[in-house]
Amino acid sequence: MDFTQGLKCRECAREYPGEALNVCDYCFGPLEVIYDYSTIAEVISRDRIAQGPLSIWRYKDLLPADSTDPVDINAGYTPLLKARNLGKKLGLRNLYIKNDSVNPSFSFKDRVVSVAATKAVEFGFDTLACASTGNLACSVAAHAARAGIRSVVFIPSDLERGKVIGAAVYGPTMVSVEGNYDEVNRLCSEVADNYHWAFVNINMRPYYAEGSKTLGYEVAEQLGWRLPDHVVIPSASGAMFTKIWKGFNELACLGLLEGVASASFGPDQNTVHHPAVVTRMHLTQAAGCSPIVTAWNSGQTHVLPVRPNTVAKSLAIGNPADGIYALRVLKVSEGTAYAVPEPDVAEGIKLLAETEGIFTETAGGVVISGLKHLAESGAIKPDDLAVAYITGNGLKTLEVVSDTVNPLRIKPSMRAFEAALKEHNQRAAGNGGSL
Amino acid sequence: MGKQRVKLTFVGNLVKDPVIYQLGRDFKIVTNIRRADVQEDMGWVMLELDGEDAEIRRGLAWVRTTGVRVDLVSGDVIEG
Ligand SMILES: Cc1ncc(COP(=O)(O)O)c(C=O)c1O
Ligand SMILES: [Zn+2]
Repeated sequence: MDFTQGLKCRECAREYPGEALNVCDYCFGPLEVIYDYSTIAEVISRDRIAQGPLSIWRYKDLLPADSTDPVDINAGYTPLLKARNLGKKLGLRNLYIKNDSVNPSFSFKDRVVSVAATKAVEFGFDTLACASTGNLACSVAAHAARAGIRSVVFIPSDLERGKVIGAAVYGPTMVSVEGNYDEVNRLCSEVADNYHWAFVNINMRPYYAEGSKTLGYEVAEQLGWRLPDHVVIPSASGAMFTKIWKGFNELACLGLLEGVASASFGPDQNTVHHPAVVTRMHLTQAAGCSPIVTAWNSGQTHVLPVRPNTVAKSLAIGNPADGIYALRVLKVSEGTAYAVPEPDVAEGIKLLAETEGIFTETAGGVVISGLKHLAESGAIKPDDLAVAYITGNGLKTLEVVSDTVNPLRIKPSMRAFEAALKEHNQRAAGNGGSL
Repeated sequence: MGKQRVKLTFVGNLVKDPVIYQLGRDFKIVTNIRRADVQEDMGWVMLELDGEDAEIRRGLAWVRTTGVRVDLVSGDVIEG
């Protein structure tokens, strides 16, 4: 069973049954899942969560799907690592990395898709679908395989080979669309209107997006049911950013956090803010697609769409569905928003790999360069507890850091090896290091 | 006949242009505003268009030539 009570429009508060719907018929506002929190409060406890599976489904009471038999390839429960080396470099003594690059299909999308797929099966859909430039396609195809249903994934025809293979291997029906970003967008929205399929981020979006709350729950649980002082998050649609905040506030209101008294959720579940939640939410985007950052910096309450042109393809959403809600979270959490210069994206990837042994894709490069900026500007103080969310795996965007390949080339003899090593060490010593 | 939901975004002087009025006058399209936020130098309007599919396509192509942006009401659906 689940504890949902249907859907509600975020803009006009009209209520809808819990069906495969995402837009309000009256005002075209987004629909959100409504929960029966008073019943949840009666059953949920830290012990009950601890006894659950080592996946996002340990938080089943707070997910909008019947969890008796979820479509689960083990998304979530990923490591939270103390980052001593990176912390030292940045002057931060309490820095943690939430390493979500080790999910089954190698990105955080497994969290949202696991919820959407479970709901799709519950609704009786026989096809799971999406439009994607990478991570989402992989996750949708993988979960459909697990559920034993068909998947259809739309990709732009110029998508990199590695990403295409990463999704194709799961056996989806793959549709490669010859068209620009806007045209692919429009086509997929039209297909979604005309086919009775579960499009994870269209008609399933209210359920899908809730999966990102688990990124908030897990960090709190892994810190001993405490919240960090700061979180640094990569944003595309802005959904994950708003849902991590929602997750923190749900835990607080339900009395699950250490030393925090439970509180009522009030009339609007989506804007609830428990006064004990003082985590500052830092949003990062790459400069080549940063509509939310631009809106925040110019004090706007709405987000002007842009045409994406960034190396961080996983964050390339020009017209972000949750942009205005992300702006509101920035405001209430006294957060910041930063657009990482394009060349710094690859630098961020290298910095994390060289200091912590974690290889992330471009979205993680954005986060690490954003984190560096926050540390240098003093927004994060040396003793503050900060968590950087690393949401995707470096093997997905190898081309961005191909300049790191620079081996010592030698003939197969000891002499050649020793000569090359000596020269290398001399050069390294000149640069302030050695082998 | 069909219905289509779109979000139009206006920046700068375009805010003052009667684009939606002209869309209804010059094309066989009924326009119905559902929600809007228009400020001095920028604004957006959520609109339902009712008409033949081909006519709506022509109408929106014209809107784009004015410099007004046409987007999906639910945000971009192609994700990373
Ligand atoms: C690796 C990665 N991180 C972050 C995001 C951003 O998520 P959201 O659209 O919820 O802002 C995406 C995809 O959109 C992604 O693929
Ligand atoms: Zn509404």
